[in-house]
Amino acid sequence: MVAQESDPVVDYKTLTVPVKSAVDKFDLLPAFLKVRGLVKEHIDSFNYFIDHGIHKIVEANKRLVCVHDPTLFLEYKRIYVGNPTVHVDLVEQKITPQMCRLSDRTYAAPIFVDVEFTKGNQPNKQIEQRQRMQIGQMPIMLRSSHCVLRGKDEAELAKLGECPLDPGGYFIAKGNEKVILIQEQLSKNRIIIDRDSKGRVSASVTSSTHETKSKTVFFMEKDKIYLQLNQFSKPVPIMIILKAMGIESDQEIVQMLGRDPRYGSLLLPSIQECYSEKIYTQKQALDYLDEKAGSTGAARARIRKEGEARKIIRDIFLANVPVSHGNFRPKCIYAAVMLRRMMDAILNSDTMDDKDYVGNKRLELSGQLMSLLFEDLFKTMNTHALEHVNSAYSKSNSAMLDFTSVLQRFSPITQGLERAISTGNWDLKRFKMHRKGVSQGLCRLSFIAALGHMTRISPQFEKTRKVSGPRALQPSQWGMLCPCDTPEGEACGLTKNLALMTHVTTDEEEGPIISVCQSLGVQDLASLSGEEIHSPTSFLVIFNGLILGKHKDPKRFANAMRKLRRKGKLGEFVSIFVNDQQRCVYVASDGGRVCRPLVIADEGVSRIKEHHMKELRDGVRCFNDFLRDGLIEYLDVNEENNAVISLYEHQDKDLNGEKNEVDRKSITHVEIEPFTILGVCAGLIPYPHHNQSPRNTYQCAMGKQAMGNIAYNQLFRADSLIYLLVYPQRPLLTTKSIELVGYDKLGAGQNATVAVMSYSGYDIEDAIVMNKSSLDRGFGRCITMKKYSVLKEKTDRIIRPQNEQNKQILDADGIAAPGEIIRNHDIYVNKQSPKNPRDSSALKDQVYVDSNAKYKGVEGETTVVDRVLLCSDTDDKLSIKCIIRHTRRPELSRINSREERKRSGMEKGGVGGMEEGGAKEQKGMEEE
Amino acid sequence: MSRRVPGVGVVGGAEDFLDAGGGVEDDALSPTVGDEQETEGVSYSGAYAAMGVDNSLQLDSFCKNFKVVVNKLSEDEMEFDMIGIDAALANAFRRILIAEVPTMAIEKVFFLDNTSVINDEVLAHRLGLIPLAVDPRLFDDLSENDVPNERNTLVFKLEVSCEKGGPRRTVKSDQLKWLPNGSELPMELRNPSGNQKGYTSFSCSQASLPELSKNPPRVKHGDIIISKLGPGQAIELEAHAVKGIGKTHAKWSPVSTAWYRMLPEVVLLKEVRNEDAEGLAAKCPTKVFDIEDMGKGEKRAVVVNPRACTLCRECIRGGGEDLVELRRVKDHFIFTIESAGALPPEVLFTEAVKILEGKCERVISELS
Repeated sequence: MVAQESDPVVDYKTLTVPVKSAVDKFDLLPAFLKVRGLVKEHIDSFNYFIDHGIHKIVEANKRLVCVHDPTLFLEYKRIYVGNPTVHVDLVEQKITPQMCRLSDRTYAAPIFVDVEFTKGNQPNKQIEQRQRMQIGQMPIMLRSSHCVLRGKDEAELAKLGECPLDPGGYFIAKGNEKVILIQEQLSKNRIIIDRDSKGRVSASVTSSTHETKSKTVFFMEKDKIYLQLNQFSKPVPIMIILKAMGIESDQEIVQMLGRDPRYGSLLLPSIQECYSEKIYTQKQALDYLDEKAGSTGAARARIRKEGEARKIIRDIFLANVPVSHGNFRPKCIYAAVMLRRMMDAILNSDTMDDKDYVGNKRLELSGQLMSLLFEDLFKTMNTHALEHVNSAYSKSNSAMLDFTSVLQRFSPITQGLERAISTGNWDLKRFKMHRKGVSQGLCRLSFIAALGHMTRISPQFEKTRKVSGPRALQPSQWGMLCPCDTPEGEACGLTKNLALMTHVTTDEEEGPIISVCQSLGVQDLASLSGEEIHSPTSFLVIFNGLILGKHKDPKRFANAMRKLRRKGKLGEFVSIFVNDQQRCVYVASDGGRVCRPLVIADEGVSRIKEHHMKELRDGVRCFNDFLRDGLIEYLDVNEENNAVISLYEHQDKDLNGEKNEVDRKSITHVEIEPFTILGVCAGLIPYPHHNQSPRNTYQCAMGKQAMGNIAYNQLFRADSLIYLLVYPQRPLLTTKSIELVGYDKLGAGQNATVAVMSYSGYDIEDAIVMNKSSLDRGFGRCITMKKYSVLKEKTDRIIRPQNEQNKQILDADGIAAPGEIIRNHDIYVNKQSPKNPRDSSALKDQVYVDSNAKYKGVEGETTVVDRVLLCSDTDDKLSIKCIIRHTRRPELSRINSREERKRSGMEKGGVGGMEEGGAKEQKGMEEE
Repeated sequence: MSRRVPGVGVVGGAEDFLDAGGGVEDDALSPTVGDEQETEGVSYSGAYAAMGVDNSLQLDSFCKNFKVVVNKLSEDEMEFDMIGIDAALANAFRRILIAEVPTMAIEKVFFLDNTSVINDEVLAHRLGLIPLAVDPRLFDDLSENDVPNERNTLVFKLEVSCEKGGPRRTVKSDQLKWLPNGSELPMELRNPSGNQKGYTSFSCSQASLPELSKNPPRVKHGDIIISKLGPGQAIELEAHAVKGIGKTHAKWSPVSTAWYRMLPEVVLLKEVRNEDAEGLAAKCPTKVFDIEDMGKGEKRAVVVNPRACTLCRECIRGGGEDLVELRRVKDHFIFTIESAGALPPEVLFTEAVKILEGKCERVISELS
């Protein structure tokens, strides 16, 4: 000790000892992204829809039968989607995405069905079969399983005019690139305990099955518990519902909740109310409910039918719990569990669910939204066909008695899908869904903007809500959603972005998982009495919100399930989560959960060893091999609660030589790379952990504004506006994320040498004094390309110019020549329209009037016609697109001059500071 | 201070002067590092009259004390010391070199064909920035109403194409060919202005001019990449170079850059001996100090190479401030000129002096 005090020099020997090199797992990331791509969640979701979802929809609605004649029918045997094609002059032609962008078409593939049907009204009909009947066109997501770009390498993509760095995951509708934003939603079919707006404790379940969608709410008012369901005109005491489902004995009800006397006393007022209503039997309860059924409208009350309450309870109340053969018991138990959790929350408010917790959320992706849309349109098509055939039958019009001819003549699918994607309006009356802005035009102002757009998650609430809860950063967002990337202003904290490694699950087959659970010792509920359900020695097993049964040894059950998952016997995205507080094991396989890959560690020792990484680097092993060998697994937000995840490989001593507080044995997982908690935009920031946190958020919004390269095919695109940099550069300092997303190959911006004088007197905030010589030499020079489209109607004509004013730049064909300098008022398409469009017989010159396209430019700017594209659009009209280019050099910020500010309405009050700012800028620029 | 030049750039400010007591000669001339003194001098001749110091500029004494020592001189680069001059004048030379000494540069480009990836404006801009090895003094300015002729315009031609099916091609600056007879392009038909037939009207071939035939105009560096051509692409253009100055556009700047720095002066305030001396010598990354053996095992530090000092302050970091003082000599400028290639650097400097002379004459003539 004495020696140490006298010599404060650090012991260099211990410092220079090489750090025990942990296995560098970074190489896993490129491998991961190679398998998955940057927007795999979109593509996976769409693939799931095309490959599985669409079959399920058709399977559920496969038979159309004429009401008058059961032998007249149509049955869908198979549905499948072909390759993207387009009909040109009655010839089917393969199309590529780039063709669609340039010629304003929709990138879509035909939907075929194989059908079996009968026709005519003869008594003994022949069953006919028909293969490959087209019922519509399905817009295809780029890089999905049905896209022509699937699996193509760089050279092949270049041939198709596609940028290899473009991630895909969007649609092309009428030539516009459209992204279906990820929609954030509260979990379906899960019990959520919360306080409602009046401060009452409530338990709610939003049920969603293929048949019905409903919301069931239990709430407590004045110590009594009621059920609120839209089908009942006012809240119904919960006891009456339970009685209506056949539990007449109050003792059984109390037993089902659990024998804790506190539950009993909480339930007492409700039981008393039930008796004060004089309801003792199931029959009485159902009669009572019959009265309450239906909305308040008197008209509906008159036509109310007997047994409606029973129907409501069966089909709408907790619709996610199935009732088979009139057995209401599962529903009773579900209701009891809801009540129990509600009372837990009353006794101990810690057990309340957090709506903002990411584990309670589901992300709805393009596949799900497309599937809803398709289901709606498919059903519309079927009902229309049925109506048609029914009415034809009653008119005995035998020629019309053919489902296939109706289906082929009337199919809303092509139109409906295209319209929804290009407008973004999801108006599905059948599912009570009216959403606007679901799809948005892909922002192509920069490469990063496009990428950032695809990872964006649009919020469930309206932006006007002034609550802070949903806006706050949730600890459960760690690794799943980017902590930095959120807009400023009204959508702050509500609009989020996915992190780099996040995966969003798709639905998985439930049957096999249930049978695995049962064979691992889950006791079926049917065999249990009410008392036994909540016995203190067992945990309930809940699968996708459904109570499967109970298990005596939850830890062993969970471990067995996880082992099966790591072995690949269960789907890799199945999550097993033991909730000790609720005494439940949650097993989930539903779609929309966010999850991410983690390295499995046995007692703190990572399963990935150096030799694994070497195999990866040598190309012998891919990311999926890591998954298959049980070295890596996906954890969702809930299961993360059962894991202890260390950022880096565990070190017994930290850098200062102090003992690590975390016990190595407790660690179950190791992060692959810590920076993957950030998203694409935040990943561009060098050393983000050295910044004040809002600075990172600002940069996430600003990184998208950087000018540079958009894509490899940027000069062959026909976007309405493109900004390009003449001399873009790769950043001198790249982050790992930059390399992963390919931003170093599509640089945006230039490396400027900036001198900062940190002294008062000459400081100007948020401004820069630039060297004029640099600007002369090309610094910051940029190109803007603007598209001007002209549509030639069938009756129009484009004629050769006659050496007239403002027509110098026209070619002999009457369209501007590429490379010509175009000035204000110049004509770029010399078009003429007939005076009377209906009079197409006479084609003399006199009947035509000029309808030429005049260029409106800024006087003094030198703009050039860059390209001219001619194509026929979907209506076979000639569409002429002139792309006009303007090369600009950085200018004095004109917005700073007072007049300009006034004009653009940016000036707010005080003028004092502005003058100074403007003057300084000018002063700065004068220096050579 | 023996190097003092009376009358030229004396003091940083009157206040400093008074505070410094008798140290006009010393401190005032050499601002130490970290001081907020500026390099500007006091130009008023009577500023220190009250103290009996004559501050006026005397031509004789200036001539006597002014010195130029050339340190390095190569084809394109030159470093020289300019001693005994005011910072304002040194800076004036620098600015004139950058912005006002004329050169020739491509100003107009006529495109016949350009199917390369680089579009016309950008290609023209790139051509403009290529330094031309032409003596600008042989040419006249081309003013607005002038007709381009052999005295004010140089014409180059670029005609390259890349074969279909062949490999990609790189277009380099040496493919620009000088056309001594002027433009070969006919005036466009739809714009027949006057009797002019081409874009230039040369009365004789430039090759017949002895100055140009001796040293035919060419680009200074032949390996500058202008563009790259893919199979089937071609560039055909004519580029017209005219005389201009860097103030209008940096392409006419005859220098890559021209700069100066003041001579550093490193002063040991105390004698630095033994370990301290070795420590000091080791601290300096540019080896300004050396160790002198004093005999009897005694050593001391001496300043041997103050010119190498970059004023990095390594030597005064961590308590060296009472040992070493870093100063700059106010009237000693180490001037560097990097020529872009039109003229050798020493000629550029004399041109700059001539321009300043011309400016002074204009002031005098305007005043009289």
